[in-house]
Amino acid sequence: MYDKQVRRRRAVLVLLVVVSLILLTAYFGESAGSPLHSVQRGVVTVLSPIQEGASRALKPVRDLFGWFGDTARAKKERDQLKAQRDRLLEQVVGYQVALQENDELHRVLALDDSNGLDAYDKRTVRVIGRPPNNLLLDRLQVDAGSSAGVRVGNPVIADGGLVGHVSFVASDSSFVTLVTDPSSSVSVKVLDTAGDTGLLKPSVGDPLDLLVQLLPRHARVRQEDVVVTGGFRTTRLESLYPPNIPIGRVTKADPEELASDQQVHVAPIADLRHLDFVQILVGPTGSDGERAQVGP
Amino acid sequence: MDGYQLPLRLAALGFLTVVIQIAAVSQVTVFGVSVDLSPLVVASVGLLAGSLPGAVFGFAVGLFVDVALVQTLGVTSLLFIAIGYWAGRLRELRDPAHGLTPLAVGAAATAFATIGFSLMQFMLGVRAPVSWLLLRQVVVTILIGTLLALPIYALVRRVVQGSLPDDPRRRRRRAYTTGGLSPLQRPSAGR
Repeated sequence: MYDKQVRRRRAVLVLLVVVSLILLTAYFGESAGSPLHSVQRGVVTVLSPIQEGASRALKPVRDLFGWFGDTARAKKERDQLKAQRDRLLEQVVGYQVALQENDELHRVLALDDSNGLDAYDKRTVRVIGRPPNNLLLDRLQVDAGSSAGVRVGNPVIADGGLVGHVSFVASDSSFVTLVTDPSSSVSVKVLDTAGDTGLLKPSVGDPLDLLVQLLPRHARVRQEDVVVTGGFRTTRLESLYPPNIPIGRVTKADPEELASDQQVHVAPIADLRHLDFVQILVGPTGSDGERAQVGP
Repeated sequence: MDGYQLPLRLAALGFLTVVIQIAAVSQVTVFGVSVDLSPLVVASVGLLAGSLPGAVFGFAVGLFVDVALVQTLGVTSLLFIAIGYWAGRLRELRDPAHGLTPLAVGAAATAFATIGFSLMQFMLGVRAPVSWLLLRQVVVTILIGTLLALPIYALVRRVVQGSLPDDPRRRRRRAYTTGGLSPLQRPSAGR
């Protein structure tokens, strides 16, 4: 009797492990349109209304737990923002003059603004889910999918800053891979005196510390410089992100680190850990050309 | 009907755990990391129900997590099978009666799930170097999991209470403590 129980237990254990390994192997080798991915898409479609309901119902609980951290962070942010406001006030006058000159020059040169955000349709969507492990997979689930016109690769913004891009689409929900995901790479431009370009990647272990890498060794990047999307375009490929979407501010620009590692540290503008709503940039209309992401 | 009570309760528990985890708990960060309740629930089920229900529950919850979060299928299942099975074997082999056992099991389950998930992701090709910061976050995740282990265990015990199969070892121990004679105290048949 005991032997029979032991044999049964071992058989079930081996069966479960084998099924898991088969699923893992089959899924890993499959393309995005294959059966297991389709099943996954179907389950996500069925689950998304439940998750959306749970997300709305549990929002007060989330807010309660978030309140403690938010209060401490808000006080720190208030002091930082006061100092920042004073600096920005000084810059505003200069920028207004520059803006006026820029408008005049645009008119003179008749520049095409078609790659601006005006060309995109902004869909405001609710965040309904998030994986527990944000160290190696930093994504979030939103309540809009292909039925709302969302496509894989659409850029996502929030709080006036870049959040990431759509990486998986079901009919009524989709997943957004954040700029803090290890797989994310964004071509960026630093708004310093020279407009240096680089590649934005998250710092491992501290995803909210973004790194702009591959900068020129003698780039004159300073703390508080703004980093925006580069939005490169070649004859065949186009970046996932349109140009000039703000991403973050430089928090640390150490000349020694710049000379040795060619990188500076950036804090994202969007509060990526406390997002309830984000905006997906759908379109621009008729631009179904090949888009690319730098890196993996 | 009684035979279906435990599977039905476990199915409801697993479903609610994953939905609440994804919809609410994962969106709250403590010291920069999200709390993961699912390994704690799987370990608690293993401790309370045994190795076989623990392994099956771990497989089901892991698969549900992988499907719902559009992750590589099988990764979380593999980890949770091990957690549920080992927690169950601990109960069957050692029958730990100490009140802090769920705390130690919860810590081990969180550590195994966090480190195992990271290793599996590295093996599957996530290109991210191991850093001290990453290790620090793993340690924080384990600490938070340890703190939550006891309340989660109490909650799971409340859910499955009354539907657990009889455990002969526990029955025997109850008999000694309520006045029954242990085999050592009984007059030996051979004497």
